[in-house]
Amino acid sequence: MSVPYAKLPRWVDYGLIPLINLIVAFIVAGFVVLLVGENPFRAAGILFEGAFGSGQNIAYTLFYATNFIFTGLAVAVAFHCGLFNIGGEGQAYIAGLGVSLVALSFDSTLPWWITFPLAIIAAAVVGALWALIPAYLQAKRGSHIVITTIMFNFIAASIMVYLLVDVLKPPAEQAPQTRSFLEGGQLPKLNFIFESLGMTVRSAPLNISFLLALLMAYLVWLLIWRTKLGYEMRTMGHSPKAARYAGIDEARIIIVTMMISGALAGMMALNPLMGDQHRMALDFVAGAGFVGIAVALMGRSHPAGIIPASILFGMLYQGGAELAFDMPNISRDMIVIIQGLVILFAGALEHMFRPAIQTLFASLSPSSVGLPVAKGKGA
Amino acid sequence: MAEPAIELIGINKSFGAVHANRDIHLAIPRGTIHGIIGENGAGKSTLMSILYGFYQADSGEIRVAGKPTVIHTPNQAIQLGIGMVHQHFMLVPNFTVLENVILGAEGEPLLNASIAKARGELARLEREYGLEVDPDAIVEELPVGLQQRVEILKALYRGADILILDEPTGVLTPAEADHLFRILKQLKDQGKTVVLITHKLREIMAITDNVTVMRQGTVVATRETKKTTVEELAEMMVGRRVLLRVDKGEAKPNAVKLAVRNLTVKDSRGVTMVSDVSFDVRAGEIVGIAGVAGNGQSELLEAISGIRRAESGSVELDGHPIHVTGEADPGELRDRGLAHVPEDRHHVGLVLAFEENENSILGYHDQEEYLNGVFLDIGAILKDARGKIEKYDIRPTNPRLKTANFSGGNQQKIVLAREMEQDPGVLIVGQPTRGVDVGAIEFIHRRLIEMRDLGKAVLLVSVELDEVRSLSDRILVMFAGRIVGERGPDASEGELGLLMAGVHKEAAE
Repeated sequence: MSVPYAKLPRWVDYGLIPLINLIVAFIVAGFVVLLVGENPFRAAGILFEGAFGSGQNIAYTLFYATNFIFTGLAVAVAFHCGLFNIGGEGQAYIAGLGVSLVALSFDSTLPWWITFPLAIIAAAVVGALWALIPAYLQAKRGSHIVITTIMFNFIAASIMVYLLVDVLKPPAEQAPQTRSFLEGGQLPKLNFIFESLGMTVRSAPLNISFLLALLMAYLVWLLIWRTKLGYEMRTMGHSPKAARYAGIDEARIIIVTMMISGALAGMMALNPLMGDQHRMALDFVAGAGFVGIAVALMGRSHPAGIIPASILFGMLYQGGAELAFDMPNISRDMIVIIQGLVILFAGALEHMFRPAIQTLFASLSPSSVGLPVAKGKGA
Repeated sequence: MAEPAIELIGINKSFGAVHANRDIHLAIPRGTIHGIIGENGAGKSTLMSILYGFYQADSGEIRVAGKPTVIHTPNQAIQLGIGMVHQHFMLVPNFTVLENVILGAEGEPLLNASIAKARGELARLEREYGLEVDPDAIVEELPVGLQQRVEILKALYRGADILILDEPTGVLTPAEADHLFRILKQLKDQGKTVVLITHKLREIMAITDNVTVMRQGTVVATRETKKTTVEELAEMMVGRRVLLRVDKGEAKPNAVKLAVRNLTVKDSRGVTMVSDVSFDVRAGEIVGIAGVAGNGQSELLEAISGIRRAESGSVELDGHPIHVTGEADPGELRDRGLAHVPEDRHHVGLVLAFEENENSILGYHDQEEYLNGVFLDIGAILKDARGKIEKYDIRPTNPRLKTANFSGGNQQKIVLAREMEQDPGVLIVGQPTRGVDVGAIEFIHRRLIEMRDLGKAVLLVSVELDEVRSLSDRILVMFAGRIVGERGPDASEGELGLLMAGVHKEAAE
């Protein structure tokens, strides 16, 4: 008597449904804009223009998207193993230590193309180690990973404040930040891409860590769907009992998965530190760890979904900043409301329109939902 | 002729593209026991859910006592005098019987009055129908048979004239089932109408006045029970002739493959579920464990297969110990030739969200033939899956389809194919045909006998007594965590039933 699970064509599942969710989110956001007395269509225009209007703007959008790809992948990897890693924020923050350590140590002696791989390793290792503790506690002591990772965000934040104020800050400096990285600690920009297309980019921070993010997306896909480890992670994620039955070591898989997740979150630190600010300041993660959760939800934990979802949130960040600048009635908080609506409809209410669409497709063409019109012989 | 209690006229119901009920016509005469029989997915439960107001029919008419009605909610159904006893009880385990009976029918904010009223009502129902239950007992402390009685009482307390029972005997011992049938007959004699949904042909023959056979969402036939036979019903259910008897030759037991000694296992709450159990399984025989669900069979299987840690005792596989009290690793046991078809294929034996081919390597995904370094060898896995699909007649035949889209019987075949094709020395099978349609049961039974004849040791646990009797060469009966007796395959059902209920006939035992 269960309602049969109708399989929808992939383009509907991964294209149409997210698109409908997004449109609804924007319609509701439009009403919010209307409520504060602005024209929603003009606001949408400014938002879009601000995000994609020029090479400069696109570069900014992609710069933000880079952060979200890393943190989104981190959340997605853990999701596949049934773990909810809320600690991306803290893992990325603390991984900044690894990046800074490499940059500050070698920026005067080594070229960027040597410090970059070193910094990638350092960021990944520190992020992984920060995720290891909650993972161990979950695997061996049964402490819930949601609680421990969120606590570890606070611990990371406090440690970083201490280190930046008391240890890493150069003596003469007022602001709690490290000294600026020299040339060897700065990543090359990707502005030339836009310039070669005839667009002008003045000072956008888009850098090669964007390419690293894309590479990681591919590697995550490979890991999840093409390796034995990924198979074990997915088994664990769908059914811990089946994993036990299949002889998969629960503790080992939890720890390994969380370390991979932490490493991905940690790599996010490369983008703002070596790619943009060329120093480490307080709170450089700026919520990217949490946006990663929304991105992973919206992207269905699939790299091919996470990249566009990251670009969407990059657009909201970049275009939203422009919007707040252009429309005095719309503050930064309003942008957060719009982001929240997108998260609500794309993540939490993801399946709201699914039954209706399912029925529609079933009546339009039964074969498209993968069901035989007349049921075949039972066995 | 009087108006039928319930009449369904041209009922249609679709879920998406699945036509679950197709033009159903059904009349249930007042004061009769009416059986509805059919395989899983034949549409029995959907039809009853429409009658009880869980679903609305797309088209068609329901008449209760001759009057056309529309039933939108279970509450409306109750007001029309329709009561339902669900397969999975809808009781609050830590409430008393009385509290459960009045739940949802409390009447007023203070419970005193309604409890007093319910107490009187229960006493009356007890007198009239022989439904004895202690009204102050906590429901979770009652045996399953009595819990079911509470469900019946709930329906009657709400004034049910028509009682629908969905697979009511699945959890009962034969004796409890007999008692239930006596109660149902009494209800009938008092003028109530009973609708019995089941897939057990024997029950239909034993108790019903009329029987309706459903297949693929349609009513195949309605017969007077006296004028039909088990064979005819089975044929109508499946749509072809089926072999109800399992043909098998003599067992040729050989060396001991699996030796269980003094095994004691606790469940996750710390309750001892298996205590001091010892037995052997030899190559070339099927040892069946009979028992009512929940008497420790599940825990026994889990301990032997390394999923659950045992408290004490030992298990030897081919003369070498399995670390059942320590870190037994199901993966290592597989390498040593112990294959396991778990009871719960939905959560343990399969990952329903996986593609079929991914499930066909579950547990064996470490083997080199499926791997390419750290990568899965997708080509090899698909080829392997296609081979199993063909050999085990798994349908649909697409190994890339999500496992959730396969029927129960085909899902079970996926598990069986995976475990049997590894050519294990010992095969442990839990509930091999639970939720599996008749056609597939025949196939699965044949494969199990084949495994035996190939010289494998097979340990079979099933709550279907018929299944244990027809497959096993030796039958062990489990009750309250102990093996209370061993019988040959020719032991009578009555004798096994008594053992399953914990009644020892021989004083010597």
